Amino acid sequence: MTTSLRFRAAIVSIALFLGFIAVWHIATRGSGVVANMSPEYAKLMGATATQGKSAMPGPIDVGGKLWEHLKRPFYDNGPNDKGLGIQLGYSIARVGLGYFLAVLVAIPLGFLIGMSPLISTALDPFIQILKPISPLAWMPLALYTIKDSGLSAIFVIFICSVWPMLLNTAFGVAAVRKEWINVARTLEVGTVRRAFTVILPAAAPTILTGMRISIGIAWLVIVAAEMLVGGTGIGYFVWNEWNNLSITNVIIAILLIGLVGMLLDQVLARFTRMVTFPE
Amino acid sequence: MMDKFISIEGIAKRYRGAAGGEIAVFEDLWLSMARGEFGCVIGHSGCGKTTVLNILAGLDEPSEGVVIVDGQAIEGTSLDRAVIFQSHALLPWRTVLGNVAYAVSSKWRDWDRAKVKAHAQIFIDLVGLTGAEHKRPSELSGGMKQRVGIARALSITPKIMLMDEPFSALDALTRGTLQDEVRRICLETGQTAFMITHDVDEAIYLADKIFLMTNGPGAVLAEIVENPLPKNRGRADLHRHPYYYAVRNHIVDFLVSRSKTFAADMPSHDPRDVPVVRIGKSELVIASVSDAQQEDPKLESWQGISRPSTSS
Repeated sequence: MTTSLRFRAAIVSIALFLGFIAVWHIATRGSGVVANMSPEYAKLMGATATQGKSAMPGPIDVGGKLWEHLKRPFYDNGPNDKGLGIQLGYSIARVGLGYFLAVLVAIPLGFLIGMSPLISTALDPFIQILKPISPLAWMPLALYTIKDSGLSAIFVIFICSVWPMLLNTAFGVAAVRKEWINVARTLEVGTVRRAFTVILPAAAPTILTGMRISIGIAWLVIVAAEMLVGGTGIGYFVWNEWNNLSITNVIIAILLIGLVGMLLDQVLARFTRMVTFPE
Repeated sequence: MMDKFISIEGIAKRYRGAAGGEIAVFEDLWLSMARGEFGCVIGHSGCGKTTVLNILAGLDEPSEGVVIVDGQAIEGTSLDRAVIFQSHALLPWRTVLGNVAYAVSSKWRDWDRAKVKAHAQIFIDLVGLTGAEHKRPSELSGGMKQRVGIARALSITPKIMLMDEPFSALDALTRGTLQDEVRRICLETGQTAFMITHDVDEAIYLADKIFLMTNGPGAVLAEIVENPLPKNRGRADLHRHPYYYAVRNHIVDFLVSRSKTFAADMPSHDPRDVPVVRIGKSELVIASVSDAQQEDPKLESWQGISRPSTSS
Protein backbone atom coordinates (compact mmCIF):
# COMPACT_ATOMS: atom_id res chain seq x y z
CA MET A 1 0.00 0.00 0.00
CA THR A 2 2.75 2.45 0.99
CA THR A 3 4.95 1.51 -1.93
CA SER A 4 2.04 1.86 -4.27
CA LEU A 5 1.28 5.29 -2.81
CA ARG A 6 4.91 6.32 -3.19
CA PHE A 7 4.97 5.03 -6.73
CA ARG A 8 1.83 6.93 -7.64
CA ALA A 9 3.14 10.09 -5.97
CA ALA A 10 6.38 9.78 -7.96
CA ILE A 11 4.43 9.54 -11.19
CA VAL A 12 2.44 12.66 -10.30
CA SER A 13 5.68 14.48 -9.38
CA ILE A 14 7.32 13.60 -12.66
CA ALA A 15 4.20 14.56 -14.59
CA LEU A 16 4.08 17.93 -12.83
CA PHE A 17 7.76 18.49 -13.56
CA LEU A 18 7.39 17.63 -17.24
CA GLY A 19 4.29 19.81 -17.46
CA PHE A 20 6.15 22.71 -15.92
CA ILE A 21 9.08 22.28 -18.33
CA ALA A 22 6.68 22.09 -21.28
CA VAL A 23 4.83 25.25 -20.25
CA TRP A 24 8.14 26.98 -19.67
CA HIS A 25 9.43 25.88 -23.05
CA ILE A 26 6.32 27.01 -24.89
CA ALA A 27 6.18 30.34 -23.05
CA THR A 28 9.79 31.19 -23.91
CA ARG A 29 9.70 29.96 -27.50
CA GLY A 30 9.65 33.54 -28.78
CA SER A 31 7.06 35.80 -30.38
CA GLY A 32 8.16 35.35 -33.94
CA VAL A 33 7.25 38.96 -34.70
CA VAL A 34 10.35 40.64 -36.07
CA ALA A 35 10.23 44.29 -37.02
CA ASN A 36 12.04 45.43 -40.12
CA MET A 37 14.99 47.57 -39.21
CA SER A 38 18.26 48.69 -40.66
CA PRO A 39 21.28 46.52 -39.79
CA GLU A 40 22.89 49.41 -37.86
CA TYR A 41 19.82 49.82 -35.74
CA ALA A 42 19.52 46.04 -35.31
CA LYS A 43 23.00 45.93 -33.77
CA LEU A 44 21.79 48.17 -30.98
CA MET A 45 18.78 46.04 -30.31
CA GLY A 46 18.55 42.78 -28.39
CA ALA A 47 17.73 39.41 -29.79
CA THR A 48 14.07 39.87 -28.79
CA ALA A 49 13.59 42.61 -31.29
CA THR A 50 15.82 41.29 -34.08
CA GLN A 51 15.17 37.55 -34.03
CA GLY A 52 11.89 37.37 -32.10
CA LYS A 53 13.54 35.40 -29.26
CA SER A 54 12.09 35.53 -25.79
CA ALA A 55 13.95 37.63 -23.26
CA MET A 56 13.48 34.82 -20.76
CA PRO A 57 15.77 31.80 -21.22
CA GLY A 58 13.97 28.55 -21.93
CA PRO A 59 14.58 25.21 -20.23
CA ILE A 60 16.99 24.10 -22.93
CA ASP A 61 19.19 27.20 -22.46
CA VAL A 62 19.21 26.70 -18.71
CA GLY A 63 19.89 22.98 -19.01
CA GLY A 64 22.79 23.55 -21.38
CA LYS A 65 24.30 26.23 -19.18
CA LEU A 66 23.83 24.09 -16.09
CA TRP A 67 25.68 21.26 -17.79
CA GLU A 68 28.57 23.65 -18.53
CA HIS A 69 28.69 24.69 -14.89
CA LEU A 70 28.54 21.10 -13.68
CA LYS A 71 31.39 20.13 -15.95
CA ARG A 72 33.65 22.79 -14.44
CA PRO A 73 32.38 23.60 -10.98
CA PHE A 74 35.68 24.78 -9.49
CA TYR A 75 37.36 27.00 -12.09
CA ASP A 76 38.69 30.38 -11.00
CA ASN A 77 39.20 33.10 -13.62
CA GLY A 78 39.57 35.98 -11.22
CA PRO A 79 37.23 37.80 -8.89
CA ASN A 80 34.22 38.05 -11.24
CA ASP A 81 34.36 34.62 -12.81
CA LYS A 82 34.51 31.66 -10.46
CA GLY A 83 32.93 28.22 -10.74
CA LEU A 84 29.61 27.65 -9.03
CA GLY A 85 31.19 25.04 -6.78
CA ILE A 86 33.58 27.64 -5.41
CA GLN A 87 30.79 30.17 -4.88
CA LEU A 88 28.60 27.64 -3.09
CA GLY A 89 31.62 26.52 -1.09
CA TYR A 90 32.16 30.06 0.18
CA SER A 91 28.53 30.38 1.17
CA ILE A 92 28.45 27.01 2.92
CA ALA A 93 31.67 27.82 4.76
CA ARG A 94 30.25 31.15 5.98
CA VAL A 95 27.00 29.53 7.07
CA GLY A 96 28.91 26.70 8.71
CA LEU A 97 31.17 28.99 10.68
CA GLY A 98 28.46 31.43 11.79
CA TYR A 99 26.15 28.54 12.63
CA PHE A 100 28.84 26.70 14.58
CA LEU A 101 29.55 29.82 16.66
CA ALA A 102 25.81 30.18 17.27
CA VAL A 103 25.62 26.56 18.48
CA LEU A 104 28.50 27.21 20.87
CA VAL A 105 26.68 30.18 22.37
CA ALA A 106 23.02 29.17 22.12
CA ILE A 107 23.11 25.67 23.57
CA PRO A 108 24.99 26.38 26.83
CA LEU A 109 23.07 29.63 27.28
CA GLY A 110 19.79 27.87 26.49
CA PHE A 111 20.63 25.25 29.14
CA LEU A 112 21.26 28.00 31.65
CA ILE A 113 17.99 29.76 30.80
CA GLY A 114 16.07 26.49 30.90
CA MET A 115 17.50 25.41 34.24
CA SER A 116 17.41 28.74 36.05
CA PRO A 117 14.14 30.64 36.33
CA LEU A 118 16.14 33.67 37.55
CA ILE A 119 18.33 33.87 34.43
CA SER A 120 15.33 33.09 32.27
CA THR A 121 13.32 36.01 33.64
CA ALA A 122 16.33 38.33 33.67
CA LEU A 123 17.29 37.66 30.04
CA ASP A 124 13.75 37.54 28.71
CA PRO A 125 13.38 41.27 27.82
CA PHE A 126 16.69 41.26 25.94
CA ILE A 127 15.78 38.18 23.96
CA GLN A 128 12.32 39.50 23.19
CA ILE A 129 13.78 42.71 21.74
CA LEU A 130 16.76 41.20 19.93
CA LYS A 131 14.91 38.25 18.40
CA PRO A 132 12.64 40.12 15.94
CA ILE A 133 15.47 42.28 14.52
CA SER A 134 16.16 41.41 10.91
CA PRO A 135 19.67 39.97 10.77
CA LEU A 136 20.53 42.29 7.87
CA ALA A 137 19.82 45.32 10.05
CA TRP A 138 22.97 44.39 11.95
CA MET A 139 25.05 44.58 8.79
CA PRO A 140 26.10 48.26 8.91
CA LEU A 141 26.96 47.97 12.58
CA ALA A 142 28.92 44.79 11.91
CA LEU A 143 30.81 46.35 8.98
CA TYR A 144 31.60 49.42 11.07
CA THR A 145 32.88 47.52 14.10
CA ILE A 146 34.41 44.41 12.53
CA LYS A 147 35.77 46.27 9.50
CA ASP A 148 35.79 43.09 7.43
CA SER A 149 33.01 42.22 5.04
CA GLY A 150 33.55 38.44 5.20
CA LEU A 151 33.50 38.40 8.99
CA SER A 152 30.46 40.66 9.00
CA ALA A 153 28.57 38.13 6.91
CA ILE A 154 29.54 35.41 9.38
CA PHE A 155 28.37 37.61 12.22
CA VAL A 156 25.01 38.12 10.51
CA ILE A 157 24.65 34.34 10.14
CA PHE A 158 25.54 33.94 13.79
CA ILE A 159 22.98 36.47 14.96
CA CYS A 160 20.15 35.04 12.86
CA SER A 161 20.73 31.41 13.79
CA VAL A 162 21.26 31.98 17.50
CA TRP A 163 17.63 32.75 18.42
CA PRO A 164 15.72 29.65 17.35
CA MET A 165 18.39 27.44 18.90
CA LEU A 166 18.47 29.46 22.11
CA LEU A 167 14.72 29.48 22.57
CA ASN A 168 14.26 25.83 21.65
CA THR A 169 17.07 24.71 23.94
CA ALA A 170 15.67 26.75 26.82
CA PHE A 171 12.19 25.38 26.20
CA GLY A 172 13.39 21.80 25.82
CA VAL A 173 15.44 21.97 29.00
CA ALA A 174 12.68 23.62 31.02
CA ALA A 175 10.13 21.08 29.79
CA VAL A 176 12.07 17.95 30.79
CA ARG A 177 9.64 15.74 32.70
CA LYS A 178 9.71 16.28 36.43
CA GLU A 179 9.73 12.53 37.05
CA TRP A 180 12.98 12.07 35.11
CA ILE A 181 14.58 14.85 37.13
CA ASN A 182 13.24 13.19 40.28
CA VAL A 183 14.81 9.89 39.24
CA ALA A 184 18.16 11.64 38.98
CA ARG A 185 17.60 13.38 42.29
CA THR A 186 16.75 10.19 44.17
CA LEU A 187 19.89 8.62 42.71
CA GLU A 188 21.96 11.56 44.02
CA VAL A 189 23.18 12.37 40.52
CA GLY A 190 25.18 15.62 40.52
CA THR A 191 24.17 18.68 38.52
CA VAL A 192 26.69 18.20 35.71
CA ARG A 193 26.02 14.48 35.32
CA ARG A 194 22.29 15.15 35.48
CA ALA A 195 22.62 17.75 32.70
CA PHE A 196 24.40 15.27 30.45
CA THR A 197 22.60 12.04 31.29
CA VAL A 198 19.02 13.19 31.79
CA ILE A 199 18.38 16.73 30.57
CA LEU A 200 20.45 16.60 27.38
CA PRO A 201 18.96 13.36 26.02
CA ALA A 202 15.46 14.41 27.08
CA ALA A 203 15.75 17.85 25.47
CA ALA A 204 17.77 16.71 22.43
CA PRO A 205 14.82 16.37 20.04
CA THR A 206 13.65 19.91 20.86
CA ILE A 207 17.20 21.29 20.62
CA LEU A 208 17.72 19.60 17.25
CA THR A 209 14.43 21.03 15.98
CA GLY A 210 15.71 24.49 16.91
CA MET A 211 18.98 23.76 15.10
CA ARG A 212 17.06 22.67 12.04
CA ILE A 213 15.04 25.90 12.00
CA SER A 214 18.28 27.84 12.44
CA ILE A 215 20.10 26.25 9.53
CA GLY A 216 17.13 27.05 7.30
CA ILE A 217 17.15 30.70 8.35
CA ALA A 218 20.94 30.92 8.03
CA TRP A 219 20.79 29.66 4.46
CA LEU A 220 18.03 32.17 3.65
CA VAL A 221 20.05 35.01 5.12
CA ILE A 222 23.44 34.19 3.58
CA VAL A 223 22.18 34.92 0.07
CA ALA A 224 20.96 38.37 1.08
CA ALA A 225 24.09 39.04 3.15
CA GLU A 226 26.40 38.12 0.27
CA MET A 227 24.47 40.36 -2.10
CA LEU A 228 25.36 43.22 0.23
CA VAL A 229 28.87 42.15 1.11
CA GLY A 230 29.97 41.10 -2.37
CA GLY A 231 33.16 39.41 -3.43
CA THR A 232 32.34 35.74 -3.19
CA GLY A 233 29.49 33.39 -2.45
CA ILE A 234 26.32 32.28 -4.17
CA GLY A 235 24.47 35.45 -3.13
CA TYR A 236 27.15 37.57 -4.77
CA PHE A 237 26.98 35.32 -7.83
CA VAL A 238 23.25 35.94 -8.19
CA TRP A 239 23.70 39.68 -7.95
CA ASN A 240 26.70 39.68 -10.28
CA GLU A 241 24.82 37.68 -12.90
CA TRP A 242 21.90 40.08 -12.56
CA ASN A 243 24.30 42.90 -13.34
CA ASN A 244 25.52 40.84 -16.31
CA LEU A 245 21.88 40.38 -17.30
CA SER A 246 22.52 36.64 -17.44
CA ILE A 247 19.08 35.44 -16.39
CA THR A 248 20.13 31.87 -17.23
CA ASN A 249 22.80 31.95 -14.54
CA VAL A 250 20.39 33.57 -12.08
CA ILE A 251 17.93 30.74 -12.61
CA ILE A 252 20.68 28.15 -12.18
CA ALA A 253 21.78 29.84 -8.96
CA ILE A 254 18.21 29.87 -7.63
CA LEU A 255 17.94 26.16 -8.36
CA LEU A 256 21.21 25.38 -6.59
CA ILE A 257 20.32 27.52 -3.56
CA GLY A 258 17.18 25.47 -3.20
CA LEU A 259 19.05 22.19 -3.56
CA VAL A 260 21.73 23.05 -0.99
CA GLY A 261 19.09 24.34 1.42
CA MET A 262 17.23 21.07 1.11
CA LEU A 263 20.40 19.06 1.72
CA LEU A 264 21.26 21.08 4.85
CA ASP A 265 17.73 20.55 6.15
CA GLN A 266 17.88 16.82 5.43
CA VAL A 267 21.16 16.46 7.34
CA LEU A 268 19.64 18.12 10.42
CA ALA A 269 16.44 16.10 10.01
CA ARG A 270 18.54 12.93 10.09
CA PHE A 271 20.28 14.06 13.27
CA THR A 272 16.89 14.85 14.82
CA ARG A 273 15.66 11.37 14.04
CA MET A 274 18.78 9.90 15.63
CA VAL A 275 18.14 11.56 19.00
CA THR A 276 14.37 11.16 19.01
CA PHE A 277 13.18 8.45 21.39
CA PRO A 278 9.82 6.74 21.28
CA GLU A 279 7.77 6.83 24.46
CA MET B 1 9.31 -0.12 72.70
CA MET B 2 10.22 -1.21 69.19
CA ASP B 3 13.05 0.51 67.42
CA LYS B 4 12.08 3.36 65.18
CA PHE B 5 13.88 2.82 61.91
CA ILE B 6 11.81 5.49 60.23
CA SER B 7 10.47 8.24 62.43
CA ILE B 8 8.44 11.08 61.05
CA GLU B 9 8.31 13.68 63.79
CA GLY B 10 5.74 16.44 63.70
CA ILE B 11 5.94 17.28 60.02
CA ALA B 12 3.58 19.78 58.42
CA LYS B 13 3.12 20.91 54.86
CA ARG B 14 1.52 24.24 54.10
CA TYR B 15 0.89 26.00 50.85
CA ARG B 16 0.16 29.63 50.29
CA GLY B 17 -3.55 29.92 49.58
CA ALA B 18 -5.09 32.09 46.90
CA ALA B 19 -6.38 34.55 49.49
CA GLY B 20 -2.89 35.05 50.93
CA GLY B 21 -3.33 32.83 53.97
CA GLU B 22 -1.67 29.45 54.39
CA ILE B 23 -3.46 26.18 53.74
CA ALA B 24 -2.13 23.19 55.65
CA VAL B 25 -2.33 19.90 53.79
CA PHE B 26 -1.48 18.21 57.08
CA GLU B 27 -0.17 19.39 60.42
CA ASP B 28 1.86 17.76 63.16
CA LEU B 29 2.12 14.32 61.62
CA TRP B 30 3.91 11.62 63.62
CA LEU B 31 4.58 8.20 62.22
CA SER B 32 7.16 5.53 62.86
CA MET B 33 8.10 2.18 61.43
CA ALA B 34 10.47 -0.59 62.47
CA ARG B 35 13.19 -2.09 60.33
CA GLY B 36 11.88 -4.68 57.91
CA GLU B 37 8.29 -3.53 58.22
CA PHE B 38 5.97 -2.93 55.31
CA GLY B 39 3.78 0.15 55.83
CA CYS B 40 0.89 1.24 53.67
CA VAL B 41 -0.81 4.61 53.75
CA ILE B 42 -4.45 4.75 52.75
CA GLY B 43 -6.48 7.90 52.40
CA HIS B 44 -8.50 9.84 49.90
CA SER B 45 -6.91 12.01 47.23
CA GLY B 46 -5.72 15.32 48.59
CA CYS B 47 -4.89 14.07 52.07
CA GLY B 48 -1.20 14.58 51.44
CA LYS B 49 -0.12 10.95 51.10
CA THR B 50 2.13 11.68 48.17
CA THR B 51 3.54 14.71 49.97
CA VAL B 52 4.45 12.50 52.94
CA LEU B 53 6.17 10.08 50.61
CA ASN B 54 7.99 12.84 48.76
CA ILE B 55 9.19 14.29 52.05
CA LEU B 56 10.38 10.85 53.07
CA ALA B 57 12.15 10.54 49.73
CA GLY B 58 13.68 13.99 50.12
CA LEU B 59 12.04 15.27 46.95
CA ASP B 60 9.93 17.69 48.98
CA GLU B 61 10.62 19.53 52.20
CA PRO B 62 8.27 19.75 55.16
CA SER B 63 7.22 23.22 56.29
CA GLU B 64 7.91 22.05 59.80
CA GLY B 65 9.23 18.98 61.58
CA VAL B 66 11.87 16.39 60.77
CA VAL B 67 12.14 12.89 59.41
CA ILE B 68 14.67 10.56 60.99
CA VAL B 69 15.82 7.46 59.18
CA ASP B 70 18.18 5.02 60.85
CA GLY B 71 19.08 7.54 63.54
CA GLN B 72 19.78 10.44 61.20
CA ALA B 73 17.64 13.38 60.17
CA ILE B 74 17.25 13.25 56.41
CA GLU B 75 18.40 16.08 54.24
CA GLY B 76 17.39 15.92 50.61
CA THR B 77 17.34 12.77 48.54
CA SER B 78 19.52 9.79 49.24
CA LEU B 79 20.54 6.53 47.64
CA ASP B 80 19.39 4.89 50.89
CA ARG B 81 15.80 5.66 49.97
CA ALA B 82 14.73 4.33 46.61
CA VAL B 83 11.50 5.47 45.00
CA ILE B 84 9.25 3.46 42.73
CA PHE B 85 7.24 6.04 40.84
CA GLN B 86 3.59 5.70 39.94
CA SER B 87 4.36 6.42 36.29
CA HIS B 88 7.43 4.12 36.34
CA ALA B 89 9.58 7.13 35.24
CA LEU B 90 11.95 5.12 33.08
CA LEU B 91 14.34 7.04 30.86
CA PRO B 92 12.91 6.23 27.41
CA TRP B 93 16.22 6.66 25.56
CA ARG B 94 17.85 3.93 27.64
CA THR B 95 17.28 0.20 27.43
CA VAL B 96 16.04 -1.89 30.36
CA LEU B 97 19.63 -2.70 31.26
CA GLY B 98 20.62 0.94 30.72
CA ASN B 99 17.95 2.16 33.12
CA VAL B 100 18.97 -0.22 35.87
CA ALA B 101 22.68 0.32 35.19
CA TYR B 102 22.16 4.07 35.48
CA ALA B 103 21.02 3.59 39.06
CA VAL B 104 23.81 1.11 39.81
CA SER B 105 26.52 3.37 38.44
CA SER B 106 25.04 6.29 40.39
CA LYS B 107 25.48 4.38 43.63
CA TRP B 108 28.87 2.79 42.92
CA ARG B 109 30.64 5.40 40.82
CA ASP B 110 34.00 3.64 40.73
CA TRP B 111 32.67 0.37 39.36
CA ASP B 112 33.68 -0.55 35.86
CA ARG B 113 31.17 -1.24 33.13
CA ALA B 114 31.25 -5.02 33.45
CA LYS B 115 30.66 -4.94 37.20
CA VAL B 116 27.77 -2.49 36.83
CA LYS B 117 26.24 -4.65 34.14
CA ALA B 118 26.57 -7.85 36.16
CA HIS B 119 25.00 -6.21 39.21
CA ALA B 120 22.12 -4.75 37.15
CA GLN B 121 21.53 -8.13 35.56
CA ILE B 122 20.96 -9.74 38.97
CA PHE B 123 18.03 -7.41 39.62
CA ILE B 124 16.64 -7.70 36.10
CA ASP B 125 16.59 -11.47 36.65
CA LEU B 126 15.01 -10.97 40.07
CA VAL B 127 11.98 -9.19 38.64
CA GLY B 128 11.68 -11.75 35.87
CA LEU B 129 12.80 -9.64 32.90
CA THR B 130 15.62 -11.90 31.74
CA GLY B 131 15.80 -11.67 27.98
CA ALA B 132 14.32 -8.18 27.76
CA GLU B 133 17.53 -6.37 28.81
CA HIS B 134 18.05 -4.67 25.49
CA LYS B 135 14.49 -3.55 24.91
CA ARG B 136 13.54 0.07 25.26
CA PRO B 137 10.72 1.10 27.60
CA SER B 138 8.46 1.87 24.64
CA GLU B 139 8.64 -1.79 23.64
CA LEU B 140 7.47 -3.01 27.06
CA SER B 141 4.00 -3.45 28.49
CA GLY B 142 2.90 -1.39 31.50
CA GLY B 143 3.60 -4.25 33.89
CA MET B 144 7.06 -4.87 32.48
CA LYS B 145 7.88 -1.17 32.73
CA GLN B 146 6.97 -1.18 36.39
CA ARG B 147 9.11 -4.30 36.87
CA VAL B 148 12.03 -2.31 35.52
CA GLY B 149 11.13 0.45 37.98
CA ILE B 150 11.21 -2.10 40.80
CA ALA B 151 14.52 -3.56 39.58
CA ARG B 152 16.00 -0.08 39.41
CA ALA B 153 14.89 0.72 42.96
CA LEU B 154 16.13 -2.60 44.34
CA SER B 155 19.45 -2.50 42.48
CA ILE B 156 20.84 0.23 44.71
CA THR B 157 20.06 -1.95 47.77
CA PRO B 158 18.25 0.84 49.60
CA LYS B 159 17.44 0.89 53.28
CA ILE B 160 13.87 1.85 52.45
CA MET B 161 11.77 1.37 49.40
CA LEU B 162 9.18 4.09 48.81
CA MET B 163 6.31 3.34 46.49
CA ASP B 164 3.79 5.89 45.29
CA GLU B 165 0.79 3.91 44.06
CA PRO B 166 3.12 1.78 41.97
CA PHE B 167 0.46 -0.53 40.55
CA SER B 168 -2.48 1.82 40.15
CA ALA B 169 -1.97 2.20 36.39
CA LEU B 170 -1.88 -1.54 35.77
CA ASP B 171 -4.63 -4.00 34.96
CA ALA B 172 -5.85 -6.24 37.79
CA LEU B 173 -4.04 -9.38 36.65
CA THR B 174 -0.66 -7.69 36.20
CA ARG B 175 -1.17 -5.86 39.47
CA GLY B 176 -1.68 -9.16 41.24
CA THR B 177 1.51 -10.73 39.93
CA LEU B 178 3.54 -7.64 40.70
CA GLN B 179 2.15 -7.52 44.25
CA ASP B 180 3.26 -11.14 44.65
CA GLU B 181 6.73 -10.24 43.37
CA VAL B 182 7.07 -7.24 45.65
CA ARG B 183 5.89 -9.24 48.65
CA ARG B 184 8.27 -12.09 47.86
CA ILE B 185 11.23 -9.75 47.39
CA CYS B 186 10.47 -7.77 50.55
CA LEU B 187 10.12 -10.93 52.63
CA GLU B 188 13.28 -12.47 51.19
CA THR B 189 15.45 -9.41 51.64
CA GLY B 190 13.84 -8.03 54.80
CA GLN B 191 13.29 -4.78 52.94
CA THR B 192 11.65 -1.91 54.79
CA ALA B 193 8.96 -0.53 52.54
CA PHE B 194 6.56 2.36 52.60
CA MET B 195 3.76 2.40 50.10
CA ILE B 196 0.87 4.61 49.16
CA THR B 197 -2.22 2.96 47.81
CA HIS B 198 -5.90 3.42 47.17
CA ASP B 199 -6.49 -0.29 47.11
CA VAL B 200 -7.63 -1.76 50.43
CA ASP B 201 -6.94 -5.36 49.38
CA GLU B 202 -3.46 -4.44 48.24
CA ALA B 203 -2.77 -2.90 51.64
CA ILE B 204 -4.10 -5.97 53.49
CA TYR B 205 -2.07 -8.32 51.32
CA LEU B 206 1.21 -6.42 51.50
CA ALA B 207 1.33 -4.34 54.65
CA ASP B 208 2.25 -5.12 58.24
CA LYS B 209 0.86 -1.78 59.30
CA ILE B 210 -1.79 0.24 57.56
CA PHE B 211 -1.84 3.97 58.22
CA LEU B 212 -5.24 5.58 57.80
CA MET B 213 -5.31 9.26 56.95
CA THR B 214 -8.33 11.56 57.15
CA ASN B 215 -9.37 13.87 54.34
CA GLY B 216 -7.38 17.00 53.62
CA PRO B 217 -6.84 19.86 53.97
CA GLY B 218 -5.80 19.57 57.57
CA ALA B 219 -5.40 15.79 57.25
CA VAL B 220 -4.29 13.77 60.26
CA LEU B 221 -3.05 10.25 60.75
CA ALA B 222 -6.16 8.81 62.39
CA GLU B 223 -5.31 5.19 63.12
CA ILE B 224 -2.66 2.58 62.64
CA VAL B 225 -4.18 -0.77 61.79
CA GLU B 226 -1.96 -3.73 62.58
CA ASN B 227 -2.48 -6.43 60.03
CA PRO B 228 -3.87 -9.46 61.88
CA LEU B 229 -3.19 -11.84 59.00
CA PRO B 230 -0.26 -14.26 59.34
CA LYS B 231 3.07 -13.34 57.77
CA ASN B 232 2.90 -16.31 55.40
CA ARG B 233 -0.44 -15.27 53.93
CA GLY B 234 -1.05 -16.16 50.33
CA ARG B 235 -3.07 -14.30 47.75
CA ALA B 236 -5.37 -17.23 46.99
CA ASP B 237 -6.68 -17.82 50.52
CA LEU B 238 -6.40 -14.26 51.77
CA HIS B 239 -10.15 -13.68 51.78
CA ARG B 240 -10.77 -16.94 53.65
CA HIS B 241 -8.86 -15.81 56.69
CA PRO B 242 -11.28 -15.21 59.58
CA TYR B 243 -9.91 -11.71 60.26
CA TYR B 244 -9.84 -10.67 56.62
CA TYR B 245 -13.31 -9.16 56.42
CA ALA B 246 -13.01 -7.61 59.84
CA VAL B 247 -9.92 -5.68 58.88
CA ARG B 248 -11.24 -4.92 55.42
CA ASN B 249 -14.56 -3.63 56.76
CA HIS B 250 -12.76 -1.53 59.32
CA ILE B 251 -10.67 0.19 56.62
CA VAL B 252 -13.55 0.58 54.18
CA ASP B 253 -15.76 2.03 56.91
CA PHE B 254 -13.04 4.47 57.73
CA LEU B 255 -12.63 5.54 54.09
CA VAL B 256 -16.36 5.77 53.43
CA SER B 257 -17.53 7.66 56.47
CA ARG B 258 -15.09 8.20 59.31
CA SER B 259 -12.36 9.84 57.23
CA LYS B 260 -14.67 12.83 56.71
CA THR B 261 -15.95 13.21 60.25
CA PHE B 262 -12.88 12.07 62.18
CA ALA B 263 -11.74 15.54 63.23
CA ALA B 264 -15.18 16.40 64.60
CA ASP B 265 -15.73 13.00 66.24
CA MET B 266 -12.37 12.81 67.95
CA PRO B 267 -11.49 16.26 69.29
CA SER B 268 -9.06 14.71 71.78
CA HIS B 269 -7.05 12.95 69.05
CA ASP B 270 -3.37 13.16 69.92
CA PRO B 271 -1.23 13.11 66.77
CA ARG B 272 1.77 11.91 68.79
CA ASP B 273 -0.11 8.95 70.17
CA VAL B 274 -2.19 7.60 67.34
CA PRO B 275 -4.44 4.70 68.39
CA VAL B 276 -3.27 1.33 67.18
CA VAL B 277 -6.07 -0.91 66.03
CA ARG B 278 -5.51 -4.62 66.60
CA ILE B 279 -8.33 -6.49 64.98
CA GLY B 280 -9.21 -9.58 66.94
CA LYS B 281 -7.46 -8.41 70.10
CA SER B 282 -9.45 -7.51 73.19
CA GLU B 283 -9.26 -3.70 72.95
CA LEU B 284 -11.35 -3.42 69.82
CA VAL B 285 -14.54 -5.35 69.61
CA ILE B 286 -16.03 -5.92 66.23
CA ALA B 287 -18.89 -8.36 65.83
CA SER B 288 -17.18 -10.64 63.38
CA VAL B 289 -13.99 -10.72 65.43
CA SER B 290 -15.55 -12.43 68.43
CA ASP B 291 -16.77 -15.12 66.06
CA ALA B 292 -13.44 -15.35 64.41
CA GLN B 293 -11.65 -15.93 67.67
CA GLN B 294 -13.46 -19.19 68.10
CA GLU B 295 -12.27 -20.28 64.76
CA ASP B 296 -11.85 -23.98 65.36
CA PRO B 297 -15.09 -24.75 67.23
CA LYS B 298 -17.07 -22.87 64.62
CA LEU B 299 -15.52 -24.83 61.85
CA GLU B 300 -16.33 -28.08 63.62
CA SER B 301 -19.90 -27.11 64.29
CA TRP B 302 -20.34 -26.21 60.69
CA GLN B 303 -19.04 -29.59 59.63
CA GLY B 304 -21.30 -31.15 62.22
CA ILE B 305 -24.31 -29.60 60.59
CA SER B 306 -23.56 -31.24 57.32
CA ARG B 307 -22.69 -34.51 58.92
CA PRO B 308 -26.09 -35.90 59.95
CA SER B 309 -27.07 -36.74 56.41
CA THR B 310 -24.07 -39.02 56.01
CA SER B 311 -23.79 -40.53 59.50
CA SER B 312 -27.39 -41.43 60.15
